[in-house]
Amino acid sequence: MAIVLSKESLSQFVKKYVVEAPRIAKKCLPGQFVMLRLCEDGERIPLTIADFDREKGTITLIVQEVGNTTKQMGETLSPGANILDVLGPLGQPSEIENYGTVVCVGGGIGIAPVYPIARAYKEAGNKVISILGARCRDLLIYEEEMRAVSDEVYVTTDDGSYGEKGFVTDPLKRLLSDPSVKIDRIMAIGPVIMMKNVAETSRPFGVKTIASLNTIMVDGTGMCGGCRVSVGGENRFACVDGPEFDAHLVDFKNLVQRQQMYKGQEAEEYSCGGQCKCLE
Amino acid sequence: MSRVARHAMPEQPANERSKNFKEVALGYDAETAQAEAARCLQCPNPRCQKGCPVGVDIPDFIRYLKEGKMAEAIIALKAKNSLPAVCGRVCPQENQCEKECVLGIRGESVAIGRLERYVADYAREHRLDCVACEIKGEGHGRVAIVGSGPAGLTAAGDLVRLGYEVTVFEALHAAGGVLMYGIPEFRLPKEIVQHEINQLKALGVKIVTNAVIGRTYTIDELLGEEGYDAVFIGTGAGLPHFLHIEGENLNGVYAANEFLTRVNLMRAYQFPKVATPVYIGESVAVIGAGNVAMDAARTAKRLGAKEVSIVYRRSEAEMPARKEEIEHAKEEGIQLCLLTNPLKIIGNEQGWVTGLEVSRMELGEPDATGRRRPVEIPGSNYTMPVDMVVLAIGQGPNPLVQSTTPGLETNRHGNIVATEEGQTSKPGVFAGGDIVTGAATVISAMGAGKKAAAAIHRYIQEKNR
Ligand SMILES: Cc1cc2nc3c(=O)[nH]c(=O)nc-3n(C[C@H](O)[C@H](O)[C@H](O)COP(=O)(O)OP(=O)(O)OC[C@H]3O[C@@H](n4cnc5c(N)ncnc54)[C@H](O)[C@@H]3O)c2cc1C
Ligand SMILES: Cc1cc2nc3c(=O)[nH]c(=O)nc-3n(C[C@H](O)[C@H](O)[C@H](O)COP(=O)(O)OP(=O)(O)OC[C@H]3O[C@@H](n4cnc5c(N)ncnc54)[C@H](O)[C@@H]3O)c2cc1C
Ligand code: SF4
Ligand code: SF4
Ligand code: FES
Repeated sequence: MAIVLSKESLSQFVKKYVVEAPRIAKKCLPGQFVMLRLCEDGERIPLTIADFDREKGTITLIVQEVGNTTKQMGETLSPGANILDVLGPLGQPSEIENYGTVVCVGGGIGIAPVYPIARAYKEAGNKVISILGARCRDLLIYEEEMRAVSDEVYVTTDDGSYGEKGFVTDPLKRLLSDPSVKIDRIMAIGPVIMMKNVAETSRPFGVKTIASLNTIMVDGTGMCGGCRVSVGGENRFACVDGPEFDAHLVDFKNLVQRQQMYKGQEAEEYSCGGQCKCLE
Repeated sequence: MSRVARHAMPEQPANERSKNFKEVALGYDAETAQAEAARCLQCPNPRCQKGCPVGVDIPDFIRYLKEGKMAEAIIALKAKNSLPAVCGRVCPQENQCEKECVLGIRGESVAIGRLERYVADYAREHRLDCVACEIKGEGHGRVAIVGSGPAGLTAAGDLVRLGYEVTVFEALHAAGGVLMYGIPEFRLPKEIVQHEINQLKALGVKIVTNAVIGRTYTIDELLGEEGYDAVFIGTGAGLPHFLHIEGENLNGVYAANEFLTRVNLMRAYQFPKVATPVYIGESVAVIGAGNVAMDAARTAKRLGAKEVSIVYRRSEAEMPARKEEIEHAKEEGIQLCLLTNPLKIIGNEQGWVTGLEVSRMELGEPDATGRRRPVEIPGSNYTMPVDMVVLAIGQGPNPLVQSTTPGLETNRHGNIVATEEGQTSKPGVFAGGDIVTGAATVISAMGAGKKAAAAIHRYIQEKNR
């Protein structure tokens, strides 16, 4: 049982929850996630720990309403409400070292989980360059937070309503091609298609690129094998071996395909009216 | 020798039960139980007892049953076996107690498992397995149990009776291990498992769900700042194996664990009333021939698959599943594709399964295990048209605890190394069940939990001295 302490809308389809979970807050590290189940008939879903406060014993979840459970959260989880089950912290923490210059790429909802990682890179002494992408200005989240932990920030929107018009890969490519900038590592979290394109952009430059994979999960403990992803031709379990992997080795095509497994069964209609390509 | 034949188990008819999740075996009625109990010769030197991994006092409990002393019967059972309603249903009795029964030499053994189930069910329905009859021991100290499968629950039950403060940490949201997430409702109703767990809670066992050891707490933290005197690890064999053949990542391919967890633990058979979906094909191939494979095949059938085949590279005689389960599966219309070796899973452009390429096998020379080795018949490849594949080829140990516990020795398969008594290479840390032996049986896991509880008792007494 975990109590919701606060709830806030970040954009039309994205909400931020601060949840009391002292045990998890005490242990968690950037890059880890929780599994949560709302009620007895509920599904277990994975959500990244977007922030944590060890003193207050709280964790922050940033949730995009895409289907059944995430919408139900939006509708039923007001401050004071209970979440039946919260399990964590799960997954391998991000590798944080002083690499030199790190580019953090966040797309859509992915900006939230990239934030604690960017902060940790900064604390470890890295120069942090952040690239934030969203479909439009209204869907851009966590800009302030990211600016606070970054040395440089680039923003792109698909429709040009804010920042540069285009995709996150545009400024990334410019940075990679700039002889006066030496990039040592790239961290990308966002829609699968974005992570794939980031990987393709950085591949020719040979810069180590990490992606956090959002596979479908059931238990989150390595027991079911449902979260398997092909990395370097070998199957790995995203919940225990990941969720972060070397993006240059990930079979993104298979990841996209496996995410479609229940598309026919689960409501096809997304809160974004289907315009948003965030799930692809 | 008894002239009365062994009494058959009443069952739901195959054509009905293959459409529902209600229990297949209905249990003896009072009269049949009495008649079956009367077959037991009450041997002064009971062979049957030696066949039972926990040494249940079989003639004793059967005698009480025969005399109508049901409270005594359940106490006699529970003295050695804390989960008789479970074991009476899922123990491979034909290889254990019943295999040794003297009546089995020239005729049919006593149906010990069925009688055990009868007594346990009777006790539950009549509230005889009361908490008051449990005696508290003198032990004092705190023990943490990791994992709430049969090994962990048995250790917890014994230790709480010895007087210890016992906390069970379970990663999932429900306690019971494989009894909850693996073995289907139609073989082991979840209500029965929960009843047994409630009994333990009533005795004072604390169960903390949603606590994954290695993450939420480490073993060293349990022994250190959390203040436990000893830890028992019973984390089971939960890590699914894959075949490493082409096409395993196609949509429509499940590891049996995922398929069974979705259906049992998450109750996906009630989708969309419950939120967890499960995919079911029209034509399903289940690869493997153990209990897990039978459970997956029979579950798929119940969820509406038209054709379900077991694909196994050896012959029926080598199938590791219990005979009874194989018979049940056949009655329910599950096909056996024996001497058939899966080579690759074929998919369409959208990434969904459309077929399973297999080759025919024949039995050659015996291998190291004494079983005749299957050899491929050249040029015998063909494709089975299926739209779902379930891999049920075994499970290994989950590495979470081992990889986060310095000083805990493991073998080359990743299983924790422990003595017969459950002592690991780390002081104060004990282990037992599938995490030590590899995937085995409910009763052997319980036996290990029992021995470890006794060893933990000795360890803590020693420490407090
Ligand atoms: C390690 C990890 C961390 C994650 N962190 C976050 C986070 O911080 N915030 C957040 O909003 N989301 C996060 N996700 C994704 C989130 O788990 C899914 O959006 C959620 O499970 C969807 O559940 P639902 O019941 O609302 O939708 P459903 O009704 O189950 O599904 C809606 C649609 O989404 C697809 N889908 C289901 N699960 C996933 C998934 N895991 N990824 C992509 N598509 C899926 C389904 O195929 C379906 O078409 C994370 C996923 C993983 C694996
Ligand atoms: C489908 C299926 C059918 C079977 N049928 C039979 C049968 O008919 N008869 C029979 O005798 N045997 C059968 N077996 C085998 C039997 O169920 C197992 O041998 C037995 O359950 C092992 O018990 P255990 O206590 O060692 O582990 P498990 O029952 O596997 O329980 C381990 C528990 O530990 C938890 N856990 C794991 N890691 C952690 C962690 N890090 N922190 C906290 N908790 C953790 C798991 O979630 C799980 O609940 C079957 C197995 C399966 C899968
Ligand atoms: S526990 Fe299993 S092996 Fe032992 S007597 Fe009961 S059914 Fe037989
Ligand atoms: S061996 Fe058979 S007949 Fe003898 S006591 Fe055991 S169950 Fe009864
Ligand atoms: S979610 Fe089940 S193994 Fe990863």
